[in-house]
Amino acid sequence: MKVLLSWLREFAPDIDGDPVELGEKLSGLGLAVEEMTVTGKGVDGVVLAKVLDLRPHPDADKIQLVDVDAGDGEALQVACGAFNMSIGDLIPFATVGTVMPNGMEIGRRKLRGEWSNGMCCSASELGLGDDHDGIYLLTGQADDAKLGSPINEALGLTEDILWDLEVNANRPDAMSVAGVARDLAAGLGIPFAFPEFSFSEAAGDIADSAKVEILDPTLCGRFLARVLRNVEVGTSPQWLSSRITALGMRPINSVVDISNYVMLELGQPNHTYDLGLVPGGHLRVRRANEGETLTTLDDVERTLSSIDGVIANGVDEAIGIAGVMGGASTEISGTTTDVLLEMAWWDPPSISRTVKRLNLPSEASVRYRRGADYGENMDRAMRRFGQLMTEAGATIDAGQIDERGDTPDRTPIKVRPAKVNGLLGTSLSTAEMTDHLESIGFGTAEVGGTIDVTIPTWRWDTQTETDVAEEVARMFGYENIVRTVPKGEEAGGLTAYQVDRRLVRETLVGAGLDETQPMPFLAPGDLAKAGLAEHGVTLSNPIVAEESVLRTSLLPGQLKTIAYNQSHRSGDVSLFEIGHIYLPPNDGELLPDEREALAIALAGGDATSAVAMLDLLESVFTLPNVQLREAEPAGLHPTRSADVFIAGQKRGEVGEVDPAVAEAFGVAGRVGWIQLDLGAVLEGPHGRRNYRRVSKFPSSDIDLAFVVPNDVPAASVQVTINKAGSDLLVDCRLFDTYRGESLGADVRSLTYSLRLQATDRTLTDDEVGQVRQSIIDAVAKNHNGQLR
Amino acid sequence: MTELTQETLSELQVLAEAALTSSTNLDELSAAEAEALGKKSALTGLKKQLGGLEPEQRKEFGQLINATKSAIEATAAARRTELAQAARLVQLEEERLDLTELREEVKRGHYHLVTQARDRLEDVFVAMGFKVAEGPEVETAWYNFEALNIPDWHPARGSFDTIFVDLGEPEEVMLRSHTSPVQIRTMENQKPPIYIVAPGRTFRTDVADATHLPAFNQIEGLVIDRGITLGDLAGTIDAFVKAFFGHDVLTRLRPSYFPFTEPSAEFDISRADGSWLELGGCGMVHPNVLANCGIDPDEWQGFAFGFGIDRLAVMRYQLDDIRELVNNDVRFLRQF
Repeated sequence: MKVLLSWLREFAPDIDGDPVELGEKLSGLGLAVEEMTVTGKGVDGVVLAKVLDLRPHPDADKIQLVDVDAGDGEALQVACGAFNMSIGDLIPFATVGTVMPNGMEIGRRKLRGEWSNGMCCSASELGLGDDHDGIYLLTGQADDAKLGSPINEALGLTEDILWDLEVNANRPDAMSVAGVARDLAAGLGIPFAFPEFSFSEAAGDIADSAKVEILDPTLCGRFLARVLRNVEVGTSPQWLSSRITALGMRPINSVVDISNYVMLELGQPNHTYDLGLVPGGHLRVRRANEGETLTTLDDVERTLSSIDGVIANGVDEAIGIAGVMGGASTEISGTTTDVLLEMAWWDPPSISRTVKRLNLPSEASVRYRRGADYGENMDRAMRRFGQLMTEAGATIDAGQIDERGDTPDRTPIKVRPAKVNGLLGTSLSTAEMTDHLESIGFGTAEVGGTIDVTIPTWRWDTQTETDVAEEVARMFGYENIVRTVPKGEEAGGLTAYQVDRRLVRETLVGAGLDETQPMPFLAPGDLAKAGLAEHGVTLSNPIVAEESVLRTSLLPGQLKTIAYNQSHRSGDVSLFEIGHIYLPPNDGELLPDEREALAIALAGGDATSAVAMLDLLESVFTLPNVQLREAEPAGLHPTRSADVFIAGQKRGEVGEVDPAVAEAFGVAGRVGWIQLDLGAVLEGPHGRRNYRRVSKFPSSDIDLAFVVPNDVPAASVQVTINKAGSDLLVDCRLFDTYRGESLGADVRSLTYSLRLQATDRTLTDDEVGQVRQSIIDAVAKNHNGQLR
Repeated sequence: MTELTQETLSELQVLAEAALTSSTNLDELSAAEAEALGKKSALTGLKKQLGGLEPEQRKEFGQLINATKSAIEATAAARRTELAQAARLVQLEEERLDLTELREEVKRGHYHLVTQARDRLEDVFVAMGFKVAEGPEVETAWYNFEALNIPDWHPARGSFDTIFVDLGEPEEVMLRSHTSPVQIRTMENQKPPIYIVAPGRTFRTDVADATHLPAFNQIEGLVIDRGITLGDLAGTIDAFVKAFFGHDVLTRLRPSYFPFTEPSAEFDISRADGSWLELGGCGMVHPNVLANCGIDPDEWQGFAFGFGIDRLAVMRYQLDDIRELVNNDVRFLRQF
């Protein structure tokens, strides 16, 4: 919502002071200033000019040539990219040498062979409004006598302050100049009053020419109507069109401009019908029939639903969507003379649902959705509209239709001062509270220690004691509330899982890996490209198609990341990611099976380096019984990968990315890969360490090399050795593997380094020999492995 | 046989010392030492003659022999030290190394910037007595909206720019548009007092550009206890800001609106130039929200606040494009 200082002063004449401080005050009241501009200063060099001639550019389609009179009576040629001017129009014209507010200097230039001696300006280029679609047409706002005068002078503009305010959804009152003035006046402690708006009724009784029926009182709380005659659809006076332009609306014609002016000033949206096109002036307010159609003002045929409200004519045809947009069939035109004027109060949830369903927001509905004023302000808006119309020459039939439906309950709310102070942390007296509330129009009455608060009709949002407490806080000033901290005695902390997750990161960063966080969206087909099942949950309204599937694995994202880095000459990247994956919902569940996964991707590494990372995690977290079981995990290298089992449960996979998959993602070379269900791993048993006394006796170190068939996993051999080695075997590691023709085709040699040691004695050669032999026997028996 | 006389001893000493001091390495030194003092040395031979002397003389020559021996030993020791020192110098020179020639790298990894910011935030709040809570990123309309006092018709719903998911009825399942659903899940599962922060990923239908991402990170705080006030909220935010940004940073609350808090506020922090920067939203938990979670609003009160994590990283390092946070270019990741 934009407001002008001069307009606010019509409701609170004493508003004064530094505009920046006034802006701070507005922000402090909850009307955050998004932008403050000084208007009406004009731009040095921009003058009022008249369009003398328009003709096509001989050599360009998108620009035309314009002759203007910039005050000296001479025709000056300009090239212009806008086509909304007609001969005779008055326009703002930037002469050669003008420096525009955006810093651009206007020079004499040749455009495709034709001279351009200046620039025709739009409202936004001059900081006079938001409209940048066409040249700002000033016909009717200025007169020919002022040709060549500075534009602010020609328009009678004086310097003014324009604030662009962020108005929250709970502030229907602040969607109007008057409402902002009320709040600011209360905040400044100065008087606020509405000027007297009035007009004289003409002869003729509205009852003879119009009739309104509210068929659904839950839809429409109040419906006022007036009949206007002798309406001349022309251009608005300059002061009116410059105000609505400043507030961001485009002047259209005198009737539409007054309609917008009243809405901006008083917050009351309104609608005008060509009375001649509404048979009998009869309006019926009801819900739409399912499937009923209506062509709206924007010439789009809309299909309605039974949740929508409509205004129908006497033969029950919908001629407008209640509170959202009028219909094309009764639109005001240049030939309109009699107007039926509607001002209504619509049920906010009903309007919201329709706006959302039709995706049709408007200046009117944005006010109705928040809850417009259903009280005296409607009559005031009617008077204001009538005043402006009669000033423009219209006459208004005697009488006003005022039909009623359901309006909000206005039973006073019981407010307990102690509760308010307890919520805010203040110690305000009851009198202070009532003063604050009354300053913004809330009615108060003290009744036995509580305050009966009557909510003003312009605050539909305010419905509970807490809502009232907020108003008290707002007027008291948030900055005046004494800061304290809760006296609770809770101990803070991370959960065991969160501590462990940090340790995972610490471990991997320590091992030289870089942490990545790609977004969790995939393109359709990414999962298939990665060799994975295509069962990713899809988004209903993705921003772009390439981000329309939720990942079920971290693999595609990591491969994309590697490919990106490789394409930027960062080849061998070692990466990890901890992030959510979203598996399809389990039976009977609505939400996806969402898990936190860990991925490690080692570009330029291989399956062995991935297993080394797994060993690192196994050691850091003392993961129990980690087993690599032969498998062909989807997307991974079929002969270089395994499923990872921890404590008997499948928790992920380790190995290498399938070369075909890597290639499909544009990744060069091998990629070592681990993906674990991190949540399950860390929530499962781990981290139990038992003290083992450090032996004071010397150890016996021996190496054993076995020739073992290729299909026997080395891990199984190690398990066998560990078992056979009993308590005396304190360490066993594979330190060499060898394949060669001398050994045979289907076998390889595995060399283990063993350390035997007792805690209570030095082992004898005999003992060492016995353990050695039992290991050799066990490997031979279990794996057909021969000592080399 | 050499005669045992003072002169002989002196002569022996001179000869021995000459041999020792002229030795050029430890082997020569050891040989010279053996020559002078060993079993077959002249000195040892003279010592054997002591037995044939008168007690007076034996004593006198005994002392003389010992003195000679000591002197030779001292000379040998001194020479050994000299030779060892020389040998060390030779070796050190042989080992001379240009330390700048070797470029062997110890590889370090890097935490993602968002992790760094999130961990710091968590640490500050943990120290202030908060626990860290988490929740799913895909949510139902109940947790993302309805329980938070945002009914389906509410104008505020549109402002969340929600990304919906093809599950259930239309607009029933969505990517959470804020971390506030974690408030509801926590209150449903835990009795007050509650002191939590909930960091995590959130989603909006924002096209990715230099200042927006459709997936970004927020942190949410929730306190529910007896007698919690708006003053407590303002004080907690101030304490957090001072701990996180520094003691000279000021805070202020401005009235605002969120359906799930009442009163509501935006909170700003001061910049070095005295202007204010909007950091996040906050307010007193709406009684409807408490009631939706089975908590009696007459017994318990609380506040909630929330703000963006990514923005903090962007501010701290003055990133000119927030998309760097999701591009995962190692040339970016390795800067921090």
